[in-house]
Amino acid sequence: MTDSTGETPVQARCIGDTAIIYASDYLNKLSGERIERECKRQLESGCRALVINFRDTELVNSIGVSILMGVINASERNNARLIFSDVNSHTAKLFEMLGLTRHVSVAKDETEALSLVDPQANAAGSTT
Amino acid sequence: METNTQRLLHTFAALADLGQEIADTGDFEEMLRTSFHLLLGSLAIRRGAVGEYDRAGSKINMIAARGLGESEELVLPFSNERARHLASLGCSLSLNESKQEAARFLEDHNAAIPAVEINLLVPLVVRERFIGIVLLGEKASGEEFTAEDLEIVSALARHIGVGIHSHRLLEEVEHKADENRRLYDGLRTIYKETVHAFAAAIDIKDRYTQGHSVRVGKYAEIIAREMGWTDDAVEGIAIAGYLHDIGKLIVDLNVLNSPGRFNAKESKEMSRHPTAGFEILSPISHPYADIPLMARYHHERLDGNGYPDGLKGDEIPPGAKIVTLADSFDAMTTDRPYRNRLPLADVLEDFRANTGTQFEPAVVCAFCRAFLKEISGTAKEKRLMKLLGKNYDNVESVSPLLTQLISDLDGNGDFRAASAAGH
Repeated sequence: MTDSTGETPVQARCIGDTAIIYASDYLNKLSGERIERECKRQLESGCRALVINFRDTELVNSIGVSILMGVINASERNNARLIFSDVNSHTAKLFEMLGLTRHVSVAKDETEALSLVDPQANAAGSTT
Repeated sequence: METNTQRLLHTFAALADLGQEIADTGDFEEMLRTSFHLLLGSLAIRRGAVGEYDRAGSKINMIAARGLGESEELVLPFSNERARHLASLGCSLSLNESKQEAARFLEDHNAAIPAVEINLLVPLVVRERFIGIVLLGEKASGEEFTAEDLEIVSALARHIGVGIHSHRLLEEVEHKADENRRLYDGLRTIYKETVHAFAAAIDIKDRYTQGHSVRVGKYAEIIAREMGWTDDAVEGIAIAGYLHDIGKLIVDLNVLNSPGRFNAKESKEMSRHPTAGFEILSPISHPYADIPLMARYHHERLDGNGYPDGLKGDEIPPGAKIVTLADSFDAMTTDRPYRNRLPLADVLEDFRANTGTQFEPAVVCAFCRAFLKEISGTAKEKRLMKLLGKNYDNVESVSPLLTQLISDLDGNGDFRAASAAGH
């Protein structure tokens, strides 16, 4: 399915003021820029925390890392918390090696990610 | 896996991906954005930019940037002296030089670039030509850049430089091709205008045949189009029509404007014009084929009784056969000093009588078809009828004659046999 711009929409949902964005398998291509755009859109609309879920992402290449750098920059500019969840061990090592973990928390899964943000405030949710 | 090995594999993959991206020159913008991501992502660099040097404007256009403030479309002044300096350093500058150049760049442009950390500057140089720069900010790890990092960045930057350089070359080639096309179109226009001027000059000299050359050109064009000739060939035959009588420019004016039929001496003088036309037209490089030959052979006949060379049948170029018919049609449908124009029925009867001996059957057939299409209203334009003008009314009355002539020509390969049978 594509949106009005002809792009496959990024899968995302909001729980309170936390946005959960699914990195999927297009993070490693130029099409991954739409993840960065979605993160910025969520931040501009008032999200205080972003969770990027890597459950469908087998590996992250240099393009993916660059796009995530853009998300890190945007989160820091907006004083928002950034958490990566469901990261496989290979990718987790890469993030650590490249220093991304200095700027991002890594959670085992979404539940852990949300508990890192604020368990009290994220009791109810909605999907976009 | 050991960290160093994993790091090496990650950067090696970036280099491999970048090479593939540069090789695919389909979309320059996409190539550039992808290359920029690969460059930043290879070492997890938080901010940076790729700038393309514009020598003519002495400026750097930031064509890809991240983290250099709000405006990502920066254009910065950049002297040719600085460009020469960076070209001399090339992509293989030392870590210290790279840091110093970055500091100097920030110092030079502190008003345009907000206070951000830019650690390295790598010049993009291809074949000793300065193409642009790569600016790089801090790494996500917070670690200092190492000489090894700079080698990786320089290798990637070389690829990006080649990509930009190739794109520029392609643009230059396309620009040159456009320029050549415009020049060619301009020359073609000048050529056509010159031909028209010549046609007018020919027709002014002969006061009895004013407008003849232009009309012959247009009749020839109509016939050739009906015969399925290409647009270019149709243009060529029109030009041949305009110029077919150019040899008359050397014919004695008194002969040309003689009020009666030509005597033997005058006929001899007149018969010089096809060869003279050929000689006038031959030294010119025409954008169409065989223009001089069509002028030379427009008085040849299929039966070999024409002039100047007495060619027969297929020895006569197809274009000359078309010009011959167009010339005869105009001659018969305009007033001459020794006779009035002929009725259309008589003209068609002349065609019937002389097809196969003077005129090529396929050419006569095409002429009749085009004429009939105009009369029946199935042609887009009534060009032939407009050329005939108001001198002919009730043109529709010749439809049966045209239909019969077409039928005779189409239905029997040997037209003379059909004529002999009483059609």
